[in-house]
Amino acid sequence: MNTIMEVKDLNLWYGDHHALHDISVDIPQNQITALIGPSGCGKSTFLKTLNRMNDLVEGIKITGNVIYNGENIYAPKVDVTWLRKRVGMVFQKPNPFPMSIYDNIAYGPRTHGITSRVKLDDIVEKSLKDAAIWDEVKDRLNTSALGMSGGQQQRLCIARALAVEPDILLMDESTSALDPISTGKIEELAVELKKKYTVVMVTHNMQQAVRVSDYCAFFLLGDLVEFSETEQMFSVPKDRRTEDYITGRFG
Amino acid sequence: MENAAVSRAAIPDSSASGFSRRKLWNQGAKCLIWASAIFTCLLLAFIIGYIFYRGVPYLSWELLTSQSSYVKKTIGILPNLLNTLYIIVVAMAVVLPLGTGAAIYLTEYASNKKLVNLIEFAAEALTGIPSIIFGLAGMVLFSEMFGLKQGILAGGLTLVMMILPVIVRTTQESLKTVPNAYREGALAMGASKWHMVRTVVLPNAIDGIVTGCILSVGRIVGESAALLFTAGFGLVLNDFVTALESSSATLTVALYVYASERGETGVAFAIAVILMTLTLLLNFSANMAAKKLKNV
Amino acid sequence: MRAYFDQQLDLLKDEMVYMGGLCEDAIQLTVDALLNGDIKRAKTINNMMSQISQQERSIENICLKLLMQQQPVARDLRTISAALKMVTDMERIGIQACEIAEIISVGNIEKATDKVDFQQISDAVGNMVHMSLQAFGDKDMELANEVLKYDDVVDNLFCDIRSDLVAKLKAGSNDAEYLMDMMMIDKYFERIGDHAANIAKWVNFSITGEIEIIE
Repeated sequence: MNTIMEVKDLNLWYGDHHALHDISVDIPQNQITALIGPSGCGKSTFLKTLNRMNDLVEGIKITGNVIYNGENIYAPKVDVTWLRKRVGMVFQKPNPFPMSIYDNIAYGPRTHGITSRVKLDDIVEKSLKDAAIWDEVKDRLNTSALGMSGGQQQRLCIARALAVEPDILLMDESTSALDPISTGKIEELAVELKKKYTVVMVTHNMQQAVRVSDYCAFFLLGDLVEFSETEQMFSVPKDRRTEDYITGRFG
Repeated sequence: MENAAVSRAAIPDSSASGFSRRKLWNQGAKCLIWASAIFTCLLLAFIIGYIFYRGVPYLSWELLTSQSSYVKKTIGILPNLLNTLYIIVVAMAVVLPLGTGAAIYLTEYASNKKLVNLIEFAAEALTGIPSIIFGLAGMVLFSEMFGLKQGILAGGLTLVMMILPVIVRTTQESLKTVPNAYREGALAMGASKWHMVRTVVLPNAIDGIVTGCILSVGRIVGESAALLFTAGFGLVLNDFVTALESSSATLTVALYVYASERGETGVAFAIAVILMTLTLLLNFSANMAAKKLKNV
Repeated sequence: MRAYFDQQLDLLKDEMVYMGGLCEDAIQLTVDALLNGDIKRAKTINNMMSQISQQERSIENICLKLLMQQQPVARDLRTISAALKMVTDMERIGIQACEIAEIISVGNIEKATDKVDFQQISDAVGNMVHMSLQAFGDKDMELANEVLKYDDVVDNLFCDIRSDLVAKLKAGSNDAEYLMDMMMIDKYFERIGDHAANIAKWVNFSITGEIEIIE
């Protein structure tokens, strides 16, 4: 197992609230890592520290290191736009821009300076194919993305994130707003994606974590209680608190 | 169980008398609402009807395309039409970049929420100030301090002061209607903040911004008090550059002049017809623009 | 939280213990028949066996229903999957007891003059079955490990009886048929011991999640 991102002694405060305590974990490359835990345990917050989306939150303070590509992403010289290009994100609710499908996918590459129509065409096709939605939309690339179903929109958002060629894809409960069939498609997609990308996903769905992920991190009240292979965690968890949570006897 | 029994008893019995009293109330209230609705509509219809009845006979091609002449004893309002146009151009040219820029800064960049709230409060308070006070302030500021002559420039800048808060607030509100998910989506792909604002936020707020502008133009067209001291009463035809610093009456000011100083009530009503039509058109186009842009 | 699920798991445990009791009864019955030559009683074993089979079905149903409804993980998953494996072992125990009873009812025992002593081995396997189910009910790893140790005792007893039988054959016994039957009964007891040991291993799995590979 290669490590793509190394989190060391990460602490995070929202104002006075100490939300993450001494988190240290190695994110394995080309694997799916699931972050699980009860609401408010800090898993989403942790996910957002990996591409510095937390920077947008007021009164936030972060200490510790997140080493990616040989440097701490919280070092002053790190360009956040570069980081977010390398570490893409898909949100809980599908959030396509109110533009055409084509423009949605081309948004990222255009942002990063690609203007050649030929290149953009290539990127759009490749991204949509990677997100397994090309066949469904290839005939209506110029129609509004808002006319798609929720599941399609979410896969479009994945394609949009892939269009800037990230290393890592963060998924923040990306199936929780979708029906079971769309959820299934996205799960399959995630498993397919790990051949080329590293996926880190927050999920409230235990079964999803079991089905999809290779590694699993259990968060509780801002602590990383257990990080182990998913199979291990869901058959013989090391920590009593993990066991209580995953068997539904928490609290 | 006991409690349930008590509370059930506490609910008023819908006996025959109670029921009919409530019904009476209902119908009385309904009648009142209808009466006030009809009254409002009638009032509007009456004002429009009366103004058109009095004004339309005085409308003529000559009135619209000439200037007043003491020699020929004719009255023409072309200078005033043009002055209104000039003042719109001046005021909007200044207020648009200033207002939208300020609004973008306040909603997208400013991090001190207390200060933002204070500014929003101040802007809202400013909209309630009578326009004559803006006129007075404009006169002191632009004419006395900056030494501008009475004219379109001083008048236009005074209107900027008056409209700026409106533009800032409407723009802010339309920026706030852009879902945060769009912003997050753009930032998560590595867009810089300004790039995100330019490519995602502004295009989605444009309908509100345009509507706000059109309504502001409506206010400019209808404004008179603030212009009395600053733009002046001049009825002479000027080109744009000359008009900037020479006394120039807009349509509303001209209406005031013709009605109160010259006793030309017919002309005043004709101007009123033009003003009414203009404001109605502007309101209508604001609605249209909002709908049209929303559907893109 | 999950009160219904816990209640169902308790029910599963009770059903398992009940099935274990049936197995113990079956062993007891064959032992009585064997030691006291009570052939009539041996014939009632079929009735008992059908009860055991029914109990196996009903436990399997509970397990499948829980797997489907609760999608258990971790210790719940281990408990239920262990139960599914254990009922198979218990059913085998029942079948072995049946086989012994069948041999008894054929009737070669009465004719024999020099009887073989099954008292010790039958007590031993009866104990093993009892202890392994107790270990499951109490989630008692020590007791389960004791059962595993006991397996060696049973193996030794099996060998002793076998040597005894071989010696009798060599001495030119007239009861060759009887001795063959006794050899089989000996083997069946030894198998019952193995199944009891298996049950103990599943008990350990349900507690630790580790499976000892049985050679």
